[in-house]
Amino acid sequence: MSKFKKGGSKELPAISTASLPDIVFMLLFFFMVATVMRDSSLKIKNNLPSAAETEKLGQKNLIMFIYAGKPSDQYKSQGEEAKIQLNDKFANLNEIASFVAAERASKREAEIPQLIAALKVDKETNMGLVSDIEQQLRKVGQLKINYTTKKGSGLK
Amino acid sequence: MAKRSAPEVNAGSMADIAFLLLIFFLVTTTIEVDSGISSKLPPDIPPPDVKIKQKNIFTVELNKDNEMLVEDELMKIKDLKAAAIKFIDNGGGENAAKEKCNYCEGLKDPASSDHPEKAIISITHSRATDYETFIVVYDQLVSAYSVLRERLAQKLYNRSFKEMEASYDDSKSPEFKSEKLKAKISNIKAKYPRIISKAEPK
Repeated sequence: MSKFKKGGSKELPAISTASLPDIVFMLLFFFMVATVMRDSSLKIKNNLPSAAETEKLGQKNLIMFIYAGKPSDQYKSQGEEAKIQLNDKFANLNEIASFVAAERASKREAEIPQLIAALKVDKETNMGLVSDIEQQLRKVGQLKINYTTKKGSGLK
Repeated sequence: MAKRSAPEVNAGSMADIAFLLLIFFLVTTTIEVDSGISSKLPPDIPPPDVKIKQKNIFTVELNKDNEMLVEDELMKIKDLKAAAIKFIDNGGGENAAKEKCNYCEGLKDPASSDHPEKAIISITHSRATDYETFIVVYDQLVSAYSVLRERLAQKLYNRSFKEMEASYDDSKSPEFKSEKLKAKISNIKAKYPRIISKAEPK
């Protein structure tokens, strides 16, 4: 019997945490692979409207985002009027054409017809601005669009 | 001098560093996929000069105060869906191939639309209309079409249209990209084509 009962302390051995970093790294890599970097910080208010009949936007790399809305509080100096934001900065209407061209140039030839322009427009924006954007998109032949919305019913 | 072994590097803080990185990635990345209403713009060429009968056009007009006129009458947004369904599904006449609409369950009113393939919904809005109002109205119109497509799918194939589309896109389902299912889906889509035209603001 004494073979198994070596004298000494009877305290529980501490749980080894040596593998904890490995576990956390695994989680880390999972998140790095499964998520996408937030690409642009918004300079405008972007409270999307809600709609029920939504479709999921598929591949993230085939979407170009066009934001529009009133400048947010830090950018009050830009005025109260609703503005367009492309990538990271405010843009004018006529910059949409070059923005679409740049997006197309960065894609493979076969992917160009699948490109979707997602309009992320604030609820309180006037339709005038939205249809101006649409006219610009029509001019450059970017016909596939998507009105990005929240899920839910818009009916009050 | 006693023999000294190299001291072991303490790896205890490794976990902390990894956690820090993990939290950084959690904060800066997004996992959710955007969703929205898909739409297609008309190409930038002058439209062909086709005569469309007034009775085949369902006009929805939004003014600057976000009020809605449907066929020149004031209407609440919650009533729009039913009115649109009634119009699309009327089936009072023939389509371009001189066929009657045999799947319509509408009133067959000769003063309303001839055929779902001919029925056009036209949205006009003022420049000052709110985007939210437009989206709500557009959403109602799209959902009118989905109600009709859903009904037809139940009648023809005894299953839900949404579920058919989902199993076509789902790589795990046995019907992933199946030709048969695709034919069914396009059949329903062709019977109730979504024709929503958006006129330029006045």
